[in-house]
Amino acid sequence: MEIKVDKTTCTGCSLCKNFCMYDAIEITGGKAIINDNCIFCGACIDACKFKSIEITGIHEKNFDFSAYSGVMIFIEQHEGTVAEVSYELLSEGRKLADALGSKLYGIMPGYELKEKISGIFNYGIDRLYIADNEIFKHNIDDIYSKILVQAINKYRPDIFLGGATSFGRTLLPKVAAIIKTGLTADCTALSIDPEKKILLQTRPTFGGNVLATIITRNARPQMATVRPHVMAKEPVQNAENRQTDNYLKYSDRIEFLEFDPLNFKTKYKLLSREKELGQSINLSDYDVIVSGGRGIGGPDNFSLIKELADSLGGVVGASRAAVDSNWISYPHQVGQTGKTVNPKVYIACGISGAIQHLAGMQTSDIIIAINRDPDAPIFKIANYGIVGDLFEIIPRLIKKIKNGKGIT
Amino acid sequence: MENIFRIIVCIKQVPGTTEIKINPETNTLVREGIETVINPFDTYAIEEGVRIKERMQQSGSEAEVTAITMGPAQSESILREAISLGADKAILLSDRAFAGADTWATALTLKNAVKKLEGWRLIILGKQTLDGDTGQVGPELAHMLNIPFIGYASSIEHISGQKITVKRLAEDRYETFEVRLPAAISVGKDINVPRVPSLRGKLKAKNETIPVLNIADLSMDEKDAGLSGSYTQVIKIFTPKHVYEVKMIEGSPDEQAEELFTKLKQLNIV
Ligand SMILES: Cc1cc2nc3c(=O)[nH]c(=O)nc-3n(C[C@H](O)[C@H](O)[C@H](O)COP(=O)(O)OP(=O)(O)OC[C@H]3O[C@@H](n4cnc5c(N)ncnc54)[C@H](O)[C@@H]3O)c2cc1C
Ligand code: SF4
Ligand code: SF4
Repeated sequence: MEIKVDKTTCTGCSLCKNFCMYDAIEITGGKAIINDNCIFCGACIDACKFKSIEITGIHEKNFDFSAYSGVMIFIEQHEGTVAEVSYELLSEGRKLADALGSKLYGIMPGYELKEKISGIFNYGIDRLYIADNEIFKHNIDDIYSKILVQAINKYRPDIFLGGATSFGRTLLPKVAAIIKTGLTADCTALSIDPEKKILLQTRPTFGGNVLATIITRNARPQMATVRPHVMAKEPVQNAENRQTDNYLKYSDRIEFLEFDPLNFKTKYKLLSREKELGQSINLSDYDVIVSGGRGIGGPDNFSLIKELADSLGGVVGASRAAVDSNWISYPHQVGQTGKTVNPKVYIACGISGAIQHLAGMQTSDIIIAINRDPDAPIFKIANYGIVGDLFEIIPRLIKKIKNGKGIT
Repeated sequence: MENIFRIIVCIKQVPGTTEIKINPETNTLVREGIETVINPFDTYAIEEGVRIKERMQQSGSEAEVTAITMGPAQSESILREAISLGADKAILLSDRAFAGADTWATALTLKNAVKKLEGWRLIILGKQTLDGDTGQVGPELAHMLNIPFIGYASSIEHISGQKITVKRLAEDRYETFEVRLPAAISVGKDINVPRVPSLRGKLKAKNETIPVLNIADLSMDEKDAGLSGSYTQVIKIFTPKHVYEVKMIEGSPDEQAEELFTKLKQLNIV
């Protein structure tokens, strides 16, 4: 395997050098030279306008993938409640299946699922594979991976998707490792290459500064985890609604997987599972996040942020600076070393907008920034900006919200 | 066999992203004095390894931490850093044939290296990296070694020679798992506060010889390593189009609050 620069076409423009995150390129004598610390990430190849860079000598295995078809979604649930991301994936999966002219499948392990799942059929699913047994009561990696692998091996989907939740991000790598296929992590966009009919998987990397498009080579299914709250949840327009809570009414579209529960052994002993004490801190559950940063000034002032969040039915977030100062606990942290969120509205109060923070929230639908410093980087990515003192503005805003109307 | 509790900490060298900015005119990356650093989460992995070692030593067992990385020759520097932070030994896996590895090929290479070591009981990884950022190496490696993996650990409740109890935060709930050793875990920044390098550590880091293993040492075939052995391939890297156009809300605090309130109403938030 080798990476080469074509000296006859290279103009020494150094575009490639700018794109190399690993500082592996130098321009010497008007030509690009690639050093040994190159990790073959491919960024420079795409950056070069003159198509001068090429990676050669990759071993290609030629496989016939014609036995694989359809899009299969792992439908994640916790104690019978279907994770929102599963509906988003079904909506996205329907589009991908249509683009391929193939079918949409769901695989759902769980326990006592009956009443909880008929909503799934509003998303244009062609077939739902169910494994309903007490062994699936808790989400345990090795138990779940076994049944997913069974379904993949039996039904051979061309594409397999799951949510990039904490469970999905440890379960799916295990499944991919068993099946021996690739897995693209935490995608924010999926599409089908119209010619090659393969899945183009796009995801943010390098802290959200760069998007990478990834393909699965030499193996099937093409597997990806997908970031929650990114894909739209779109029930199919004329979905027949059979007005029922009993999934058996959909028996024409359900298939029960056959398995012997005794074959499902686990290495994990779940000792306890408890809700986080205090206020719920799953930031991604909320449509509105009000975050405070260094400009909040101290722990006590977070009550103001909380009051605003509460009045909007939202949740409190924070920058790393605020968490590191112990003004608020870590689960509230948004950013590269905290949580990545994408709510409908993100209100950043007294947050300057370090790139690591932006990485965790820049895909929010609407970003509102309140900051004293007009040059704060946060304003570069905000939809609405207010330069001013948050202690002057927020209390007034809360009052207006509480009064339910403005004072015009 | 000697009875040492051996801990392996996996670490990776990544570009320090603080230095990266986007040039708004050309939409390209501008890097100012780029430096490569130890993946931030991996410093928590090292610290946790060293703490477990100290815990084992206090209870009278011998223990040892080995830091391991797969990467270009330059990655040696992060192994030295790991030693300065309390790791006893370090191993560098480096070969041109390893370059371009996806998580599968990375996990496979790490597996082959781990298999060469003896007496290891626990593998600690960071929860994800700054560059690839997948968090997949841990679960894939654990599967290949046929050991349990617990991701996103926020505390080690209990550890003995035989078992480990780990608490982790998953979305809105804490889960506590007990598994038998050997096992692998991944950690984030809520697990500890890493120490600063000690003088003794720095000295040791300077003098330690770090063995380098190549593809032949791991008895691997070229087609299973690096880009050739990968199932995923990056085909395009691009900068997101920043089409944000910020609308500034001006006026007195009262006017600003009023306009913001109107905006929130339009957005159906209030
Ligand atoms: C832009 C880009 C996007 C990518 N996207 C994908 C993708 O979607 N799927 C995929 O399979 N690969 C992907 N890769 C490849 C991936 O980055 C590499 O496989 C990398 O070697 C390990 O993955 P990671 O950085 O995601 O590590 P993670 O799985 O996030 O790392 C978790 C932990 O594993 C350990 N670890 C990781 N790498 C090493 C190492 N080299 N040596 C020792 N320990 C290590 C560390 O403890 C680390 O904290 C991508 C690469 C690039 C450049
Ligand atoms: S971008 Fe292409 S033409 Fe420009 S220096 Fe790099 S290899 Fe040469
Ligand atoms: S392939 Fe990646 S690491 Fe190698 S020179 Fe190109 S941009 Fe740099």
